[in-house]
Amino acid sequence: MQTLYMQEFQKIVGAENVLTGQEDLFCYSYDATPGYSHLPEAVIIPENVQQVSAILRLANQHEIPVYPRGSGTNLSAGCVPLKGGIVLLMNRFDHIIDVDLENLVVVTEPGVIVADLNNIAAKHGLIYPPDPGTVATATLGGTIAENAGGLRGLKYGVSKHYVMGLEVVLANGDILHTGGRNVKDVSGYDLTKLFTGSEGTLGVITQATLKLVPAPECKKSIMAVFKNLDNAGKTVAGIIAAKITPATLEIMDNATIRTVEDYAHVGLPLDAEAVLLIEVDGMPEVVAKEANEVLRVLKTNHADDIQVAQNDAERDKLWAARRAALPALAKLRPTTYVEDATVPRSKVPEFLREVSRIAKEFNVTIGTFGHAGDGNMHPTIVCDSRDLKEMESVKKAMNEIFLSAIKLGGTLSGEHGIGLGKLPWMEQQHGSKVMDAMKSIKRALDPNLILNPGKLVGEC
Amino acid sequence: MDYVAIKEIQNKDQWLLADIRDALAKCMKCGNCMAVCPIYKETKNEASVARGKLSLIEGILSGENEISADLDHILSKCLCCKACAANCPCGVKADELIIRGRQAVVKARGLHPVKKLVFKLLSNRKLFDIALKAAGLFGPLSFKRLPRKMAAVARFPMPGIDKKRITAPFASVPLRSRYPEVVKVANAKYKVGFFTGCMINYIYTDVGDAVIHVLNHNDIEVVIPSAQHCCGTPVYVSGDKELAKSFARHIINVFESYDVDYVIAACGSCAEALKIEYLHMFQDDPVMYERAKVLANKTYEISEFLVDIVPFRRDDLGQILQTVTMHDPCHMARGIKVTKQPREILQAIPGLTFVEMKDADRCCGSGGSFSVANYPLSRKINDRKIKNIKESSAEIVATSCGTCRMHLADGLEQNKVYIEAVHVIQLLDQSYQAGKI
Repeated sequence: MQTLYMQEFQKIVGAENVLTGQEDLFCYSYDATPGYSHLPEAVIIPENVQQVSAILRLANQHEIPVYPRGSGTNLSAGCVPLKGGIVLLMNRFDHIIDVDLENLVVVTEPGVIVADLNNIAAKHGLIYPPDPGTVATATLGGTIAENAGGLRGLKYGVSKHYVMGLEVVLANGDILHTGGRNVKDVSGYDLTKLFTGSEGTLGVITQATLKLVPAPECKKSIMAVFKNLDNAGKTVAGIIAAKITPATLEIMDNATIRTVEDYAHVGLPLDAEAVLLIEVDGMPEVVAKEANEVLRVLKTNHADDIQVAQNDAERDKLWAARRAALPALAKLRPTTYVEDATVPRSKVPEFLREVSRIAKEFNVTIGTFGHAGDGNMHPTIVCDSRDLKEMESVKKAMNEIFLSAIKLGGTLSGEHGIGLGKLPWMEQQHGSKVMDAMKSIKRALDPNLILNPGKLVGEC
Repeated sequence: MDYVAIKEIQNKDQWLLADIRDALAKCMKCGNCMAVCPIYKETKNEASVARGKLSLIEGILSGENEISADLDHILSKCLCCKACAANCPCGVKADELIIRGRQAVVKARGLHPVKKLVFKLLSNRKLFDIALKAAGLFGPLSFKRLPRKMAAVARFPMPGIDKKRITAPFASVPLRSRYPEVVKVANAKYKVGFFTGCMINYIYTDVGDAVIHVLNHNDIEVVIPSAQHCCGTPVYVSGDKELAKSFARHIINVFESYDVDYVIAACGSCAEALKIEYLHMFQDDPVMYERAKVLANKTYEISEFLVDIVPFRRDDLGQILQTVTMHDPCHMARGIKVTKQPREILQAIPGLTFVEMKDADRCCGSGGSFSVANYPLSRKINDRKIKNIKESSAEIVATSCGTCRMHLADGLEQNKVYIEAVHVIQLLDQSYQAGKI
């Protein structure tokens, strides 16, 4: 990048907020996705919307790629500056502007950490439900851009269900305000939803109006062990058919169970084909009724062992196994790919079997756990990225996993986003017409293709 | 020449970083360390947090980066508080890897000139002793004492010390010069060696007094070897492993020459050096490793010793009618993992109301020499700690480390919070004194 531009950027945000040292650039060359890194030419740290607008106007004029970034914890290479250019670091936007208890909304800047918002919401008996595994580190801007979900997705949905309005800066520097505090709002195209999950390819989020919901008064956790995977599958279908929507309905496959047991010694039988973790929440009366109903479904479907948490300590114990899933798998090998291929929930057992078959066929280690209730699975491949031969097998296995998810009527991503990681299969899932439509949107809003170029819809 | 090419370093010290290649590869870049790193919380800069630092070290190994002055500066910005390692889902010991990175920097570029000077003085035990004794004698000329106990502020600009910073005055007579080598008791139950450490010997002699009183009160003979010296931790964490090893060898020699049942230290970092770090230092030296192990196995932090080994007398404790909270030093909480024992001591004191503060084991921002080199940053980290202390409604904050105590006292004064910072053992001593009346 020419020195001349650099001076202009320095004028906008101050010299101390333009990083160009080799070490600083190196630290923003990656995110939490293995296998992708590239040095940016500068890291620019704005603190208000006018600065973002000025930066984008200048970048657009000179066709400099811009990569918005929060905490850089995404799993789809969404923040990696693959074409150099600018990393636009948004973590100085860290103020909560308004907590509106009459409308149950919060207006916030995108650099606020998700857990910090939840701590404030909790003081008012409210929650912001999207809870990805990175709540303690991820920024709201990042979770909105990636449309992040979490463990409560079945009942509470993902980020897009909570974003009511946005302030967005377009590639040309224009500042847009979409949506607002209205519960009902059908005025025009739903641009709020368009920018939510756009992974930084359509605009830069500088403010968000988010919906909060009342915190559940009471929770009940149940863990069930199955020697037979089909019985676990039938249980999931049975719970939904009984018109119960648990907040959490998690599954772990045999590979994950064995790894977790080896790591955390929580007492899971090594020959179990599946473990389900179910949590119902809400009013105490409803929770008691629903928990009984869940127990009935578990018994009908021959659960081999059932544990019900009677207090917080027991709840923590049940959750320990599920919480250990990713760390236990990640500790097996140096490199960890956490995928989030998702299938209709009726297809979960079939998908899990496919993944085990693929692991055997290509001789790679894959543990699968995830959100059975919403079909969002996390096939987790552990390997060593330095072993090139192994990586060939990993790539082949990954390809098969995505193809089988698509074949089962599923989708490439339930909550992590596409970025670069899942880009190769986009056309397979959506077909060329949908891809053309998506690319038209991209070109209309970002004609010079400066915003996170090459991601989500690929080159266009 | 500002940069040292990676090839030169690899030729000289290929093993130095190469053997941590696998340990570095375990970091999956999830960024969970961002949630707990006290420095990242203030700077929000990726180079501040373990994920960034480990990536940079990996970049050295891959040849993408060089061991530059900037890298040196970045790696120096770590408090060694171990919060990242404790919070890592992959079990990456980032704190140790960062020290390994610093070792490579020292090998490639040498120590920072200021540290070089300080460590040169530190490595000459006799000269160091004379210098610090002089500091105690002439201290009142250069430092003004403040009404707060054990607090002083510089009268004129001092190199490396922020002019507003409150430090503790040097003792006019160091602890070890005030006691005989063996402080005897009748019918001694045990004989313990007291590793005083520098802070207690030269500055916080009040803690040393309390340790000796409490041990004697529990029928324990205290041996204070006069030739003991700095534990070596400040040198070790700065990356000068060879110099640190010479400190370790000296301490092992000195304590081997006394026939004691146990060795106790009243500082989390010193205790960690004797119990854990020396073993790391001598991993490649089987003979020294065995000797270090003998010392490690009989070393205890004072509260750990009083609770787990002695156990301390509770029949003649007097009342302390005050509310006390506890700040867990990093090397107590995540180093030697001693957090229950100091609380057990405090809660045993009649009349004392114990309250927990929020994030009691979060770093106070001192980090030893870190707070000298990065005072404004360490002040910000400390301000959060002071807020938590204040909100606990305690009248006293107890801790188990001299540098924590000094940094807390500074923070309390700067924030105009009139709460006293003391060592846990001082309260126990005070309680025994009260019991005599």
